[in-house]
Amino acid sequence: MSYLDLLKLAAPEAIVTLTALVVLVIGVTTSRGTAVAGVSPAMPRRAAAGTAASTAFCTLVAALGLVIAIEAILMLPAHANLFHGMLVTSPLNSLFQILCLVLAFFTILLASRETPNYGEYLAIILLATIGLLLLVSSEELLMIFIGLELTGLSLYLMTAFDKTDIRSAEAGLKYFLFGSTASAFTLFGLSFIYGMAGTTSLAAIAEGLAAQSLSPLLFAGIVMTLVGFAFKIAAAPFHLWAPDAYQGAPVSSAAFIASGSKVASFVVLGKIVLIGFGPVHGSADWHAMVAGWSPVLAVLAAFSILIGNLVALVQTNLRRLLAYSAVAHAGYTLLGIIAGGREGFSATLFYTTIYSFTLIGAFGVVALVRRETGGDDLQDFAGLSARSPLLAGCMAVFMLSLAGLPPLAGFFGKFYLFSAAFRAGANHGLLWLVALALFGSLISLYYYLIVLKVIFQTQGAETRSHSILAQNGLSRLTIVFAAAVVLFLGIAPQFLVARILDALP
Amino acid sequence: MIAWTIYITFAGTILLLFLPRAFSRWIALLTTSSTFAISLATFGRQDLDLAHFATIVRVPWVPALGMNYHLAVDGISLTLVLVTSITAVSSVLFSWDVSERPNEFFFWLLLVVGGSFGVFLSADLFLLFVFYELVIVPKYFLIAIWGSTNKEYGAMKLTLYSFFGGALVFIGIIAAYVSADSLDLNELAQFRFSPQLQSWAFPILFVGFAVLAGIWPLHTWAPTGHVAAPTAGSMLLAGIVMKLGAYGGLRVAMNLFPQGFQMWSNWIAILAVIGIVYAAAVALRQRDLKFVIGYSSVSHMGFVLLGLATANVLGVSGAVLQMFSHGVIGALLFAVAGRMIYRRTHTRDLDELSLMELNRMLPFAAFVFVIASAASMGIPGFSGFAAEITILIGAWKTFPIAVWITGVGMVLVAAFTLRALKKSFFEGESAIPSGDVKELAVSPPLMTSPAERPIHLEPISVPEKLGASFLIFATVAIGIYPKFLLDRIQPAVEAMRFLKTGG
Repeated sequence: MSYLDLLKLAAPEAIVTLTALVVLVIGVTTSRGTAVAGVSPAMPRRAAAGTAASTAFCTLVAALGLVIAIEAILMLPAHANLFHGMLVTSPLNSLFQILCLVLAFFTILLASRETPNYGEYLAIILLATIGLLLLVSSEELLMIFIGLELTGLSLYLMTAFDKTDIRSAEAGLKYFLFGSTASAFTLFGLSFIYGMAGTTSLAAIAEGLAAQSLSPLLFAGIVMTLVGFAFKIAAAPFHLWAPDAYQGAPVSSAAFIASGSKVASFVVLGKIVLIGFGPVHGSADWHAMVAGWSPVLAVLAAFSILIGNLVALVQTNLRRLLAYSAVAHAGYTLLGIIAGGREGFSATLFYTTIYSFTLIGAFGVVALVRRETGGDDLQDFAGLSARSPLLAGCMAVFMLSLAGLPPLAGFFGKFYLFSAAFRAGANHGLLWLVALALFGSLISLYYYLIVLKVIFQTQGAETRSHSILAQNGLSRLTIVFAAAVVLFLGIAPQFLVARILDALP
Repeated sequence: MIAWTIYITFAGTILLLFLPRAFSRWIALLTTSSTFAISLATFGRQDLDLAHFATIVRVPWVPALGMNYHLAVDGISLTLVLVTSITAVSSVLFSWDVSERPNEFFFWLLLVVGGSFGVFLSADLFLLFVFYELVIVPKYFLIAIWGSTNKEYGAMKLTLYSFFGGALVFIGIIAAYVSADSLDLNELAQFRFSPQLQSWAFPILFVGFAVLAGIWPLHTWAPTGHVAAPTAGSMLLAGIVMKLGAYGGLRVAMNLFPQGFQMWSNWIAILAVIGIVYAAAVALRQRDLKFVIGYSSVSHMGFVLLGLATANVLGVSGAVLQMFSHGVIGALLFAVAGRMIYRRTHTRDLDELSLMELNRMLPFAAFVFVIASAASMGIPGFSGFAAEITILIGAWKTFPIAVWITGVGMVLVAAFTLRALKKSFFEGESAIPSGDVKELAVSPPLMTSPAERPIHLEPISVPEKLGASFLIFATVAIGIYPKFLLDRIQPAVEAMRFLKTGG
């Protein structure tokens, strides 16, 4: 095992790291004018123009770096395993590494001109992306924890990055406090697991656990580990940071938290419980529960679906609404993991993928409307269909896909998830969870329709600042692309399902 | 060829998004009338086997999960496609005057129509469900944007009820899919599901569909939704959307789970009869003309459910015929109430209408409404009579008591229809007794001074006349010659396996 091999296999991560450094240098050297912009109001115009140019340059470099990293992933060998699972290349890992990079790419396109100190902001997004890549590509507890921490710390910073908005600081602090506590729990839980199984590699843990029964100590370890992940995916009752973070963070940060971070967390959660904790699956069947991780996840899912949907009903701020709906969607997505098996896991992966595209697009629309009207409450969206039919149409696609209506991807995703859950378990034991999830979708349709009603029904008389919505070509392009993906995967889900199923062992 | 009804309609929706709004109504009319032509032409084809659910298209869609893009047609589907296209054409004609955002209006309208064609022709359970759910959201926008009276409430109620029904259907579909490991309706219809599964999956599936068919006590979306909807929306709801529910109950729930159906058919019959009588009684007390018609829809759909519950060839064929008949008649009634009366007088309150001597001002509307009422009451010569008598004969064999109670319901139907007719058109001070319908209809408006005629009502326009004549022709044609449809429906019903032997 030479270090050259390591460098080859870790090429995507290395490339993104390099890109982050380059972007940071560019940002620091060119945008000194903006750094003092808050202090000296009489900033010369030329500096502003220079900032715009440097912003564009930063975006270009970062985007290029991500594209090269995707190329690098495509050139990796199909199967490789370094240091007992610390760095694993497999079709599944590569698929989701690429997905994380694509989501980061879109986040960067959305982020253009979002904050001062733009170079630093991009660099942090890229660092978070490295964390995601590590998370997805590792099958070993320590590396997973490092990935979690790297992602988490970067995301805390991204959340608090809007220095002009006090809510951003509040959100960042809340996110950080919750996150660090959750990490502590996870680490504690992982240490229990290590103590019981004597190894940190997932496959070996499964062997180690198969030999022993479910002792209270092991169960405590499992529950604590799951707490950390429940925090990551914003499952109730560990979701309390989400509404503030989604609302207070810069929009692109929120989009990245909701998409990239979620995808990677679900991939790694699935791997840990399905591979590592496989022998202590337990059962979440109605009236026939058996202790293990699946009843724990089932309770989390049930809470998330109920709390997320019910609280979302009364929100008047679109970003908070999306946050609570994210809690509910975390609940739905867990169904696949609880169902387990190849079908269940692939349903989860499919759903979280399309969900992340949907949220990137929805947050893109929010970002543009916020730039236009200065707010993101529901009333700021009134009459959007008259001001920009394109954005309104895209928003309709996103909302209806979240509600699970055909022909959009959310519909197929839910069908896939629910049928997998229904199939699993003896004698349709998970029917209670499926029924609950369907009930949740029924509730959710109400608030998604309210959003669309506001957008479509009210026809704003004046067409103020038409230009702002029409500008921002990159953001618009991203939004339209995300909508196209959601529509395409709704009509031709085979495209993604086949890929995921091929990649799963 | 019949599959092109779906493609043409969706192509129409896409055209509507990109062409200027001046063309929108013409595009909609062209689209819907070509689907009508196609479905009528398919009726004329002799080489088509309408006794079986014969495949037209079958393309793999999601092979990993066994989903196919699979369309098929038999006599039942074809009948419903025909009534869908008839309602669609006339609803476009009756929305000729929509001037507010016409592109979007016809876009949503065509989505409803296209989705319905899809439901009636799908032979894959997942595909059927996709089309079924596709219809939900367009209805919301049609009502919430272009509706009247309490439109947001009505739209949301309708949508949530539909989605609730959809959720139940979802569970039933997944149960069938997971147990039989197939989504092909023809294969599923041959599969022997365990009686235990059937006993709970059937009611879930059937009730889920029947929500849209207005089964009592889950019918309350129908009157509010119909009232809130714009004219074309009410026509589509009554003419098409309620049929989706009944069709789903027949094609999916009953056909897949025959044993479950036998266990529950009595309950369906009871709910159906309650629906018939209850809705008719409620309609008798309504002041809003559209509420009267909305409840009459529920009552008529009760006949469909009763027919389905009989589980014999006559009853079920009659139910399908009643779906056709109510589609046409319901659309006609709503067209008169919504477009001809409400758009001109801006009121649907029966007491206010009774002061307006509408029979003088709008003789054509009076004429159409008399015909529609007669058809709705089940006067021989109209399609309603042919359908209801078939259902009742079928029901006589299975539920004789139900027929007696239904008889009471029919009297109530006649009562509220006559009441609405009298109050809305024939109750001016100088009104002639409402017996002599014909003379009234053709008599020219009397010359009155402007002082005596407070409101000026614009005359009935050409598209309205065309649309009304079209619907009247349909109901009369089938009323006189029901064999045209029954000959195609009956063999298809006989091919289904839930029929009681000897029934």
